[in-house]
Amino acid sequence: MSDFGEAFLLALRLILGLDHELLRIVGLSFSVSLSAVAIAGAIGVPLGAALAILRFPGRRPLIVVLNALLGLPPVVVGLFVYLMLSRAGPLGVLGLLFTPGAMVAAQAILVLPIITVLVERALAVPWASHGDALRVDGASRLRAVPELLRMAEAGVLTAFLAGFGRAIAEVGAIIIVGGNIAGFTRTMTTAIALETSKGNLPLALGLGIILIGITIAVAAFAFVMAQRGPRE
Amino acid sequence: MTTRRLLLAVFALLLALATAPSMGAAQSFITVASTTSTEQSGLFAHLLPAFTAKTGIEVRVVAVGTGQALKIGERGDADVLLVHDKPSELKFVADGWGVDRHDVMYNDFVIIGPTRDPGQIGGGKDAVAAFRKIAQAKAPFVSRGDDSGTDKEEKRLWQDAGIDIKKLGDGWYREVGSGMGPTLNTAAGLDAYTLSDRGTWLSFNNRRDLTLLVAGDPRLFNQYGVMLVNPARHPTVKVELGKTFIRWLVSPEGQQTIAAYKIGGEQLFFPNARE
Repeated sequence: MSDFGEAFLLALRLILGLDHELLRIVGLSFSVSLSAVAIAGAIGVPLGAALAILRFPGRRPLIVVLNALLGLPPVVVGLFVYLMLSRAGPLGVLGLLFTPGAMVAAQAILVLPIITVLVERALAVPWASHGDALRVDGASRLRAVPELLRMAEAGVLTAFLAGFGRAIAEVGAIIIVGGNIAGFTRTMTTAIALETSKGNLPLALGLGIILIGITIAVAAFAFVMAQRGPRE
Repeated sequence: MTTRRLLLAVFALLLALATAPSMGAAQSFITVASTTSTEQSGLFAHLLPAFTAKTGIEVRVVAVGTGQALKIGERGDADVLLVHDKPSELKFVADGWGVDRHDVMYNDFVIIGPTRDPGQIGGGKDAVAAFRKIAQAKAPFVSRGDDSGTDKEEKRLWQDAGIDIKKLGDGWYREVGSGMGPTLNTAAGLDAYTLSDRGTWLSFNNRRDLTLLVAGDPRLFNQYGVMLVNPARHPTVKVELGKTFIRWLVSPEGQQTIAAYKIGGEQLFFPNARE
């Protein structure tokens, strides 16, 4: 049988068998990446909105830097977070290295520029066309943000999905700061890396198929939510 | 306000997930920095459940090369190290980074290569002679190149063979800078020779045309040792839990559990602790 056929069969068997270890790995991948997106969103949405509607010195250089950080190499972020969280590092007292918390921190750093930049772009257009009207209503610039976010809903959703996609697919950072510990910090991507190392290529590919399937499901769910919203 | 509702829903979900049990710390656990060979051969999956069932101590294994594992210990990011490069382990202890070092078990390194064997080394026992033949034939050789225990052993063999790998410029010697498994994957893809520990080789599933060619040279002896990271250097080291793990590994029970691990009827690690 071809490698791909075998991989599909293995993926099916893992899903249908509701493999306990698989469920735990999928659960961890989700909780880590969603937490990272939440943290990055809590910072990135206000920051993106500020960049879109406020004019302050250093705004343009900041946007240039954030755009450059879209290509932040995960392995470098992993190394940075590792050195920060290591017992010998400045945040060592937290004892976070080789825990899911460290993985959340690393992914949040990776996701933050994506959400910030995409939210800024999503809000810039309605701000240019409706900004005056929003301000004429007597609202201050900041008070206009919720209304702007509503107008740019699709763009904001895309920002979150892009951030989530970056987080769930990344392996370079979390394998360094999480340590790929069985049953504790092993995620979909680190498990795929490990199975590849062991030469279990069909199993590795099978896990990859499941990961892609889950990512598609998340995107579809978000899409449906966004579609249903305006009709209510 | 659908965006806000969506965001609220996302945040509520996240709060729930963030407090999920998987995020919390276990009651009592130790972090062990170890080698890819012990993890990828499946030894830990066999060994650790027995230890945890007996003591209630969870063991979290970070599997990296021996060089990196020692660095993790130096930084205080693990409690116990289980690695396989005795010279650097003894130096680690002498430098005051580790204490309480014990031999645990051994297996051996083996020279792996393509079945067509362009260097004609198959069946030999002398590892150094085999390396010389590979160099003479300029047959592709894949090196770990990651400062792991296996990598250090390989470098020693080249040195004994009188071949200066730093001065090679003709492309047959390739460093991949990866763990044993990825290195074997690369060797399989390139039809190249490589040095592997027997455990990883036996559990490796993507052999293609690779086969075991040379084994049995006393130089290929591969000793694994365990030690506690020095609590005097790093007060966060869990001394009692770590010592419990070390004592169990070298106890008759731990040693028998190691000996009982087999793949296809073949024993992977041979216990040799002297209590």
